[in-house]
This record gives sequence, structure tokens and C-alpha cells, in this order.
Amino acid sequence: MTSHRIGSLAAETLHFTFDGTRYHGRPGDTIASALLANGVRVVGRSFKYHRPRGIMGYGVEEPNALVDVTLNGITTPNLRATTEALVDGMIVRSVNASPTAADDRKGFLDRFAQFLPAGFYYKTFIWPDWHRFEPSIRAMAGLGRLDPRNQPPAQNPQIAAHCDVLVIGGGPAGLHAAQQAMGEGKSVMLVDDQPVIGGSLLSRSAEIDGKPGLEWAATVSADLQANGHRVLTDTTAYGIYDHNLVALWQRRAGQSDAQWRVRAKEIVLAAGAIERPLIFPDNDRPGVMLADAALSYLARHKVLVGRRIVLATNNDRAYPVADALRRAGAAVTIADLRPQASDGALASAKIEAVHGPKGVEAVTISGQRIAADSLLMAGGLTPSVHLYCQAGGKLTYDETIAAFVPRDDLPGIRVVGAAAGQYALTEILSLGGEPHPYAIAPAWPQRDAKGRQWVDFQNDVTVKDIALAERENFRSVEHLKRYTTLGMATDQGKTSNMNGLATMAALTGQTIPQTGTTTYRPPFVPVPFGVVAGRRRGEFFNPVRRLVLEREHRDAGAVFREYGGWLRPAWFGGANAAANIRREAIAARTTVGILDGSPLGKIEVIGADAGALVDYNSYNTLSNLKPSRIRYGFMLTESGVIYDDGVTSKISDEHYVVSCSSGHVAGVVARLEEWRQDRFDPARVFVHNSTPQWATLTASGPNSKALVAALGLGVDLDDAALPHMAFADGQFQAAPARVSRVSFTGDRSYEIAVPSAKAASLLAAMQEAGKPLDAVLMGSEALLLLRAEKGYVIAGKDTDGTTMPQDLGIIGPMQKRQNEYVGRRSLLTDNAQRPDRSHFVGLTVEGDTTLPVGAHGVETLNSKRRSIGFVTSSYDSPTLNRPIALGLIERGMERKGEVIDLVHLGQTFRARIAEPCAFDPEGARLNA
Amino acid sequence: MQLFSCPFCGPRDETEFTFGGEAGKERPEPAPDVSAEDWSKYLHRVGNPRGRTREIWVHHTCGEYFLMERDTVSHVVAGTQSLRGGGA
Repeated sequence: MTSHRIGSLAAETLHFTFDGTRYHGRPGDTIASALLANGVRVVGRSFKYHRPRGIMGYGVEEPNALVDVTLNGITTPNLRATTEALVDGMIVRSVNASPTAADDRKGFLDRFAQFLPAGFYYKTFIWPDWHRFEPSIRAMAGLGRLDPRNQPPAQNPQIAAHCDVLVIGGGPAGLHAAQQAMGEGKSVMLVDDQPVIGGSLLSRSAEIDGKPGLEWAATVSADLQANGHRVLTDTTAYGIYDHNLVALWQRRAGQSDAQWRVRAKEIVLAAGAIERPLIFPDNDRPGVMLADAALSYLARHKVLVGRRIVLATNNDRAYPVADALRRAGAAVTIADLRPQASDGALASAKIEAVHGPKGVEAVTISGQRIAADSLLMAGGLTPSVHLYCQAGGKLTYDETIAAFVPRDDLPGIRVVGAAAGQYALTEILSLGGEPHPYAIAPAWPQRDAKGRQWVDFQNDVTVKDIALAERENFRSVEHLKRYTTLGMATDQGKTSNMNGLATMAALTGQTIPQTGTTTYRPPFVPVPFGVVAGRRRGEFFNPVRRLVLEREHRDAGAVFREYGGWLRPAWFGGANAAANIRREAIAARTTVGILDGSPLGKIEVIGADAGALVDYNSYNTLSNLKPSRIRYGFMLTESGVIYDDGVTSKISDEHYVVSCSSGHVAGVVARLEEWRQDRFDPARVFVHNSTPQWATLTASGPNSKALVAALGLGVDLDDAALPHMAFADGQFQAAPARVSRVSFTGDRSYEIAVPSAKAASLLAAMQEAGKPLDAVLMGSEALLLLRAEKGYVIAGKDTDGTTMPQDLGIIGPMQKRQNEYVGRRSLLTDNAQRPDRSHFVGLTVEGDTTLPVGAHGVETLNSKRRSIGFVTSSYDSPTLNRPIALGLIERGMERKGEVIDLVHLGQTFRARIAEPCAFDPEGARLNA
Repeated sequence: MQLFSCPFCGPRDETEFTFGGEAGKERPEPAPDVSAEDWSKYLHRVGNPRGRTREIWVHHTCGEYFLMERDTVSHVVAGTQSLRGGGA
């Protein structure tokens, strides 16, 4: 055992297993700190070569320690052991290793490493087809296992918030900025991804305002909260978006994770910096770790990562780390890569080899072999500028600290502290005084690098891979990234990008700023999809609209389906769809059917210019209707294409009700509203969508008049007083009731609209009145069938994005109307006048097979087959006792009587082109 | 997500708005006098400028169309104005 917990083990109260072995940990541990406390060295296998890997980092930068975690029987894959809090009972499994990380069967792959350079797959598996090889390669190089049972309920709240100043990062710089903003009377929100506020103060000692650093941090945090400001811990700012919107991912103990969307007047980025690894042969051995990480494990978890430690550094920040490790009882050898080193450190040290395949055993430094169980790397800091760059910030290279730092503040965004390249507390807290003691001498990899030196640990990219990319002219950092996959793993290159681009700079002889960085994009860390989706999942993803009478329909045995966004009864009477639809359709043709038509649009257009507005939005003129009369017509787009059909009722010269199809209500309202404001005087006409305020129940069939008469609505139902396409106002139970004679079935029909609150009473009354008439409840499927028998078009089903009114044979308005209307000019274009347009026609099937919807009509010319249109609606008509179909067929109206071939998925059919209307073409039944 | 300022309701998230068209586009009419080219321009030609642009947007929550000046590159919103006069 090398890494271990210092002091008493009495607090080790949490149990967990790793790769099947039982271990103990303590509250406050991460999985990583608990594994180290138990001396576990190999925690995973590398992605490509299956090399044994240990924990390298402390937080979000960790490239190696990805694990699958099972808790309460549910497995979550690919969690970073360094960011996941240890929970009692966790079952932790290494990824990409079998049976365990320590003894992985595919470890042999590493011996073939020289045959697996960057681009190996691209070059090798081209012939005959990459997909042949893909499954086995994926199985070989992969990460965690998906658990199909891991489908948490949609309980992730998404919280919108705003503040004057959002401070991202609770280290000294962030706390200082928050304190200042609070002092200026601004509202402040402070977020940090760790469970405790303090940042670097959690591991490095300091004194601020006369207090120990951590105590100062706790005081500032408490002050903020006491003054009503928000402090969120365990919360990662992962994306910055337009107009200062920041997305936060908050992990909440015992509750679902939350997403915050914070709009801040000012954003202070105090995200700190991440230590870089050093590049030397076999720098990926288990036991090779970042120096800052080792310090954090010691300071925060009392875990000492080794007993004999070599600390390799190119800067001064490593020295306090060595002191702390020594105080904890470790023997530390400092290998300083710089020519001048402090007392006791090896100067001009060169790490030539790391020995020990499953964990560091010794290190060869400048020809001298030193026994060691750990090798720490202090390669300098890389400021976390991710959010700054996401917001469009540009970087500049600072030679003195060997790092890219933000060039300028952005409007409303300020970068402070280590993220801005300020590493000294005096500088961060604006105390003045001496310059920061950092003195870094970068040691970038060179072309003559010996052995395998890892740059990207997670994606197994070595210096040789970068050299290969350079030789093959993938020299731009963006090409380098895609060719070698450098920085493309789930850690997004937090420890590797800087070393990678510096390597490329060294190889090409360019400077680091000339080489540049790749693009930073959100998210900063992998964020669970559930957090992004929030509650908009399952039935809340695209919620259906529900009928006022849904419960009554359900009680009556309705089977529901979605139609145009509405959940409506498809049919009544249970599972046997075909039989029930047939039963309902036959009853509606022979006696009377009752249908809930409430979703039909009821858009009121009111005002002196109401007639002009509805006319302008209609293919047919509507304003010349008499009051109490109804007209059917089309609404077109400016391209002349049919957008919707429906009926409009004229109540008076200044009041119309547009009854569009149920799925188009929002769209029709939007069109009317757009033209109202764009073309008309908006003070002279108003548009009001009253669809949800009225329930509409329709009685259709030969007995519908008798049914409605029995309701006693106080309406004269005589055909002279209330003819087809007219309406009359009556009363139902002291509430207004409008009775309209429109028909979507071809039979005599009455639509009765009452306030929604009266819907249930009206339905009950209609069912009661219908009993002696053998009335049936009818669902949407029967209605669709009946209308198809009549050849009534459904806009969007029997028409497509090219269908114009003339394609339905309706040419009157186009030829006669003198005033402007939407789409008018488009009906006159060459395209609109083409002789070979597709027309809406009926299709009489030869034989008794129902045509599949979508079957293509075909013709063969010079032995070449081509489509001449397709079937849009098709049913087995119980009324006619034969299949019926509607379709859009090229020149269809001129080809009536012609028999055409139709094909669908290898089947062939024949049908005769006919009138769309297959039943009662004279319309006698409307008044029967 | 951008923040737009409805002249009637104040600043709201972009998801509450829909683009209505480029400002100042006149509908050519009457139809019989409009050349095919002019009509095609009206239907399909958009300036799509890089930088400052004047556009019509609609705020769904209140239903009002308004004029917005914004920058298509920086996404800075210079201002919004009611089509009935008055600004915000």
C-alpha cells in the first residue's frame, strides 16, 4: 500500500466496493480520495492501448479515473471518480477493463502500440466498409456500460434567476469580487463547483484580513448569505450564452440535480487554473499525479499519496507542496527541471524513465535511478478561460507565466484571479507588494522525444502522434485535434490542450501564440442530459391539448389518439378498432352520430374592418355573406399554397367567427394578427381566439334534426329558417347556444356550441335525446372515414406544400376576384399555371384491396418508371362496401376515368381516377 | 439565449419571440400589375446583412409586432420600437 490515510481510521464509516473488492471511506470523500485512502493504484485502463492508469487529478481535469457507479441498483456510467462524492453502498466499477482494472484481458494491446498510431483506424479499415469493423473496435476501445434501467423521472427543475453580479468560482479572487460587489449594494450570486467555498484556500495556507484563509472564506460566504445573496456550492457554471446568460448545473444532496439559468448584469469569472502535467517517457504510469492534486488529497482528505515521492517541477509553486508532504511524513525528492534549484532539489533534472508497469516503483532522473512510489508533476498552471472564450473572448500569450490569458474584458464580463493569470494572493486581493513567486521555465516536448510520452491521457495521444500529424501536414491545431483526437475526450483536454499545442509549436518552429488554441464550446464539463432537458420529457415534452369532456369520453369507453395536438377520442368501445369505427360510421349514416368537435377553431374577428381583414386572408370573399350565414373557404400562404380550410360565420358586418381546422388554430390566429397589425388599422379590427371558451358537439346523420329538436334550444329548426350553411342562436340551460348547420360528413349535421362549463350537461342531454334514435358516440376515425367518402379535403393531409386551390378545381375567386388577398399574385405565376400540376382526385380501386396511404401512382415511359402522384387518404368504406381513396395525381382532373398503376413497398395496385366524392355526389343527404 | 425587449412587456427571453421579416419590405400590388421578378423578390429575397439590421419581430405573449434594430454579428440589440410609434 502506498497512498494511505493519515491518522485515525475511526471515521471510515462508509462502505463501497471497487471492481468487487470491499473498501471503506469517510464522509467528505470523493470516490477518488477513498480509493487513494485504500491504496488503490490502478483505477482504469486507457481508451486505446488499455494501459493501466491511476488517479492523476483532483477535480474536473481528471482524465483517467472514469468509473461506472451503481447505487440502489441503478448504474450511471463514466463518472469521474474525482468529482463524485462517496455514498455508502456504492458499487464502483472501472471502465474499459475486464475483469478488473488491475488485471485487464486486453492489456496486451499496449504491445501493439507501434501499429496503432494516430489515424490508424482511418487508414486501415477503409476496405470493404468501416461498418464491418466498427462493432468489434467499439467493444475494444470504449468507456462505461449503459444501464437501460437508468431512466430517472423528469424531476430536474430548471430555475431562472437574475442578479447584478454573478461570481463564478469561490476562491480568494471570487470571494474578493463578491465582497466588493456586495459593498457596492449590488445583488450577488456566488457559485463554486466544490462542496465547500474556498478554492485554493482549501489546500494552500494563507492569511487574509488577519484570519486563516479558510476561515476568511467561510466568513465572506456567511456574510453574503446573511445579506440575502445566493451562494451555491456543488454548482458548475458550464456554459455562457448570449446577453450574459449563464447555465449552472447544481448537484443537490438527496434531490435531483437542478439547472439554473442566470441572467447577470455583470459576470465575474474566477474559475481558477488547472495544473499541467509534465511530458516525459511513461508519464502515464499509475502513481504519476499532478502536484496540486496530491496537495488537495492531503489537505482536504488527509490522504498522503505516497511515502517516497519524486516531485518534478518547472516552477516555484511545487515547493510548498513538497513541504506539506514532508510534514505529513513522506520522503520527497524535488526534481527541478530548471537549471537553478533551491536547496536540496535536483537542478536541471531530466525525467528519463518511470519504472513499474502497474504503479511507480522507481524514477530515472538524469541517469540516476531513484526508488519512489509516486511521481508528482508540476508543469505550471493553465488558466480556466473556457467561459471567457465561449463568450467570444480572445486570448493573449503571457510568456512570463507560460499561459494564455484573457486579452480584454468583454462587455459585462470580467476575469479575475488565476483565470486571468494572477496567481499571487497579493495581486488577487489588490494588496500591492511583491510580484508573484512563480518563475516558470516551460519544458515543452521536443522533436527528439524518446519513448512514449503522453500528452492526452484520456484519448491516448502521445508526442509521437503529434509528430505524425505534423509530418502528414495536419499542423493547424484544429486539424491536429481531429486527426489525433487530442483534447476530444470527455475531459475536453483540460490537462492536455496546452501541452499539445505547445508540442506542435515546437515541432513546426512556430511560436505558441502563432499556433493558437482550438475553440472552446459549452459544456465545460459533461452535464447529464436530464439536467438540460429538465421537466420537458415524456408527456411534458410536447404536451397534448385536452378536451373539457375527456373524462366523460373516457367513461364512455373512448380510445384516445392525438389529432393536430389534441387528445381526442379515436373511437369508442375498446380494442377492436376496425369494427368500432365501422359501427360508428354506419350509425352516423343511418341514424345519428354525436361527435365532440370542440377543438375546431373559433376565432372572432371584430370591428369596423373585420370584413376587410377576413377577406384579405381568404381565397373566397366572405364579407358579402348575409348575417347568420356560413361560407366554406381556403386560407392561402403568400406562395399561393393552401394553408387551411374551414368555414367562416358572419354574425354582423363587424363580427365574424373563423372556424379553422383544429390543428391550425394558433397558426390562423397568428396570420390574422400579423396582417391586422401590418396592413390594417389595429384600432378598427380585433382578433380573439375563443376556441377554448366554447365546447362544440355535433349531431350528424338523418336523425340529427330530431335529436337537436328534442334539446329544446329555442331555435327554429325548419330548413327554411335554418338552411344548410346557416346558424341560429338559442339557449341551453340559460346559457348561449349557437346551432350551425355545417357538415363534414355529407349528412345533415348540427354543430352546437355552448360555453365550456355547459359541455358535460349538453353531452348528457344529447345522449338522452339520442337514445330513442339509436344515436352513437362517434370518434375522429369514423368522422375521417365519412368525410373521405364525400371527398372533403383535409389541408395538410390531402394537400402538400405545393397544392393551390386550382388543384382542387376551385378557380372562381382566382378568375373573378378584383381585390387583393394573401397569395393572389402567386396563383398567377408560370408555375401555378403549369398544365402538369398534381390535382386532388378520387381513386376507385380495382379489386377489394384498400390502397396503402403513400402508395405512388406510376407511369412507364420508354421503359422508365416515374411517379405521377400518391395516395393521401384511403379507407374501406362501410357505406359503399368497397375501398375508397383520395390522392394527388399529375393532371388528375383531365385523366378522370383513366386506370393507373400504383406501387407500394413492392406491391402493385390498380385504380381508376375518379371524382373525389364517392358518395351522394348530388348532396341530397345534406337535407335528408 | 438572447434577451429582447418587447416595447410593451420589457426584456424577455428570445424563446418568446418569432422573427416576422426584414423591416421596410413593401408588398407589391395589385397582383396583376406585379412582375414575376418583383413578386419573387418579395417572396424570397432577403438582405440578411452582416451587422446592423432592422427587423420585425412578434412577441407571442402579448401578440404585438414591433421593430427591432440589432446586430447580426455581435447580437447587440440597439433598440425596439412599437409599430404604432413610441419606443422602449
